[in-house]
Amino acid sequence: MSNEVSKFSVQELDLYYSNFQALKKINMEIQEKEITAFIGPSGCGKSTFLKTINRMNDLVEGVKVDGKIYLDGVDIYKDIDVIKLRSRVGMVFQQPNPFPMSIYDNVAYGPRIHGIKKKSVLDEIVEKSLRQAAIWDEVKDKLKKSARAVSGGQQQRICIARTLAVEPEVILMDEPTSALDPISTLKIEDLAVELKEQYTIIIVTHNMQQASRISDKTAFFLTGEVIEYGKTEQIFNTPKNKKTEDYITGRFG
Amino acid sequence: MTRQVFIKELEVLHNDVIKMGSVLELSLNEMIVALQDMDVELAQKIIDRDDEIDLLEQQIEKECINIIAKQQPIASDLRKVTSIMKIITDIERIADHCADISEYLMQIHKQPTMKAPEHLSDMIQVMKKMVVDTIDSFVNQDADKAASVIAQDDIVDNYFTSISKELCDMMQKDIKVIPQCVAYIMIIKYIERMGDHSTNIAEWIQFIVTGKLVLS
Repeated sequence: MSNEVSKFSVQELDLYYSNFQALKKINMEIQEKEITAFIGPSGCGKSTFLKTINRMNDLVEGVKVDGKIYLDGVDIYKDIDVIKLRSRVGMVFQQPNPFPMSIYDNVAYGPRIHGIKKKSVLDEIVEKSLRQAAIWDEVKDKLKKSARAVSGGQQQRICIARTLAVEPEVILMDEPTSALDPISTLKIEDLAVELKEQYTIIIVTHNMQQASRISDKTAFFLTGEVIEYGKTEQIFNTPKNKKTEDYITGRFG
Repeated sequence: MTRQVFIKELEVLHNDVIKMGSVLELSLNEMIVALQDMDVELAQKIIDRDDEIDLLEQQIEKECINIIAKQQPIASDLRKVTSIMKIITDIERIADHCADISEYLMQIHKQPTMKAPEHLSDMIQVMKKMVVDTIDSFVNQDADKAASVIAQDDIVDNYFTSISKELCDMMQKDIKVIPQCVAYIMIIKYIERMGDHSTNIAEWIQFIVTGKLVLS
């Protein structure tokens, strides 16, 4: 499509954990306001790649990154402060990880760190974020209660609200529903589809049906390489590569 | 290799379609003999066999629905299961037409003798080859052979046009043969439709193999 805009442009990306090469020559354009899914077996590099996108690997000892990742044309390993990068590129993890504080304080945490003190402004951000995360109606009467006192599915949506509160442009989701029950999973999936109106979403998932249900593009990773990357419809209907076909149809290993 | 149960279910499905195809081939061959020999008994046998084909269609349909519900097939697996659901409808139709032709054959048999149209057996042979090649291309998942089936459809269509003309001429010359000629017109229409159904099946086989859906 000609009207697609690249949010990320990844060029010749290699990543090493000491001597082990975890990513090999990744080249990928990730489109704005789309959901891009990364699939592949454990250890294929998909989560590693997700983490390079907001430099979560910086703190891992022995990591070396070669190649380029551009966010809106800016080299994220050279020309942007990592704190600034992470405020633009938020992340949601596999296990819901609310801070040990109230629902309100969880969501207000980011904005407070970024210097917002005024209660009326924070109130507004908290409500807006919880609404966007499709959890407002369920928690509006217990905002002062601990964020850990609600169900796992609700905790995960609170974590998404916490991510949204700092108004990122991109949301990275690392297996965001693998610890959740089917109903909570579907709520997060619906939410992701709603959120892509405003955000670019990249999701790592082991759930192939999830990738096929919600994503626009899918990348299949295997042993650190992108084997196939394309429109989700094409990947799941007529994959070009035999390895992709074998993986998605379950004839693997 | 993973998904052994699923792979087994797909094999069973594949073999059941082949089974349905071979029952069809049997009816087709017998229909051709019955038409040649004006064999009313054989015609009745073909009509009776139609239920067997219908049951196979229902059974395969159920298998497909079960596989979709339980195994959630994707990519080539999904193409295969969904295409089979379409293919069996066309197989069932071709078998129906064997029975339909058998009925008309019985009508013709009751009338005074009339020579069959000159190129009827040629038309039948081309159609038969289409059906047989279609089943073969399903057995071997052979997209090239499926393409050759599609290419033959025009020949059957042309026979339909020329034989219709021949039958019209015969009716104009001798009004006594009108009932038989009308029956023959129905028969050649069924034969022409059998070619069309073979073409449909061949297109689904191409879709299974290549992933490209080109329906005429």
